[in-house]
Amino acid sequence: MSAIDTAKTDIRAMVDHLFRARAGQMVATLTRILGFEHIDLAEDVVQEALLTALRRWPHHGVPENPAAWLVQVARNRALDQLRRRANWRGKEDEIRRSLTVFAEKDPGTGPGDAAFGHEVRDDRLRMMFACCHPALSRESQVALTLKTVGGFGTREIARAFLSHPATIAQRLVRAKRRLRTLGVRLEIPGPDELPARLDAVLEVIYLLFNEGYSATEGEALVRHDLCHGAIHLAELVADSPVTDLPRVHALAALLLFQGARLAARIGDDGVPARLHEQDRTQWDRAMIVRGVRRLQRAAHGDVLTRYHLEAEIAASHCLAPSVEATGWRQILDCYDQLLHLHPSPVIALNRAVAVAEVHGPSQALDALEALVEDQALADYPLLWSTRADLLARLGRSAEATADLERARALSASRPAQRFLDKRVAEVTEHPVRHGGFQDDADCDDADCDDAD
Amino acid sequence: MGQFLLLLHELPDDFTEASPSEMQGIIQEYVAWRNGLDQRGKLVGSNKLADDGGRILMKGADAIRVTDGPYAEAKEVIGGYFLIEAADYDDAESMARTCPHLTYGHRIEVRAIDTAYEP
Repeated sequence: MSAIDTAKTDIRAMVDHLFRARAGQMVATLTRILGFEHIDLAEDVVQEALLTALRRWPHHGVPENPAAWLVQVARNRALDQLRRRANWRGKEDEIRRSLTVFAEKDPGTGPGDAAFGHEVRDDRLRMMFACCHPALSRESQVALTLKTVGGFGTREIARAFLSHPATIAQRLVRAKRRLRTLGVRLEIPGPDELPARLDAVLEVIYLLFNEGYSATEGEALVRHDLCHGAIHLAELVADSPVTDLPRVHALAALLLFQGARLAARIGDDGVPARLHEQDRTQWDRAMIVRGVRRLQRAAHGDVLTRYHLEAEIAASHCLAPSVEATGWRQILDCYDQLLHLHPSPVIALNRAVAVAEVHGPSQALDALEALVEDQALADYPLLWSTRADLLARLGRSAEATADLERARALSASRPAQRFLDKRVAEVTEHPVRHGGFQDDADCDDADCDDAD
Repeated sequence: MGQFLLLLHELPDDFTEASPSEMQGIIQEYVAWRNGLDQRGKLVGSNKLADDGGRILMKGADAIRVTDGPYAEAKEVIGGYFLIEAADYDDAESMARTCPHLTYGHRIEVRAIDTAYEP
């Protein structure tokens, strides 16, 4: 029987998301050491290390340095497998040396990559490039990123994307097989390929964030984790020397600003809160500050990207002391530029919201006419709910109600339906009143973009 | 007051499908439960048993027979134990009831240490 060492049982040694973060880090580094063709082995080794912790720590307490413990166990398992298998193509010694180095660097207990060293961060970046390889479908890129770099489980990914674990599992198997067949290696793409490959990585991160942002109920916890995971990945890419580019900082800024408002997006009644209804004291000030710093780092070079403009818009909201003091003219200006850069119906819709604030609802309605005629957004509930708000502000409540009902018929999620029911009641009770817009309108819906 | 052994039975496949986040959550629940016992002065000892079936010795007709313990697929094994202080079975049971093992593992066997003839 072992003596109880109460110093070792301190749960505080396990920071939030320790396992998820370490899983992503260890899989990336082990895959780089063993070679991409052995990615399954790398994942098994990491899973085994976590399982060992699960079976052991309840009895023997959490070690003082949980991360270092996990790395040691993973390293030993990997060495074990190295011994047992034959297909290392003469690289056994090199691998053994790399595994030793891997375990000797003390990861410390900090959750950030700074504690783990630049090499691990770079391994995760390399893994991101592999996961976002152009040969894979966007769905596969997203799933593979979440699983390997993100440290999410198959079931969690399935829940987040309203899919089945078996579907996700198959998708992962096929994606990995595809990459193995192509002989993909864990490396940063060369300078010719880098810009395009980086753009793919940024799009995947953006998509990940949007998945998390757009959900409001049910699996809220996983969805919030997606947002924070996306922010973490954006910052990982922004902080890596090779990809330390203004547009990456811009994306990180955008996600930080949006993420800062996550807590306030659902009202106390469980219904999505519109911008003017949100309790701004719930906005995460620390994240907003981080967003501002990223925006400053994005303000270099001479390439203006959609991420820059979207970040500016998000910053305008976050930095406004109140909804009345929001710089709508600035925002409209950004939307004008954004539309020029990236013509999309959803951006045009969001722009119309800004037009209403600057020039009044009539002009905004005019701006929407083209969209309505175009049919591109005919099945997009936000088009109708936005138009409804404009009509309501002009006292045209019967038409507003008709549009709200149309929006409701198109809404699949319960929170959206409840929101619209509430709006219908409001419009009927108070025919002329400032409507204000759903916060959703600020976040460009990437799914809609794919329809371009 | 007496001592009771909580034997944690589990199947080898328990937890294997859990995600990293889920595993951390499970560990935190176990450790919190255990810390709770410890803070109340109820925890005497705890150990995880090694991942093998151990050995079973039995006297045969003319020799001692030794076989491998039950560490095979789908066979329940004792993964570890907690030795606790409790007033009686009801008390021990009430402590065992809150153990996360009932959610995540298989079953808990509660056995009293025999103190019948203590002076």
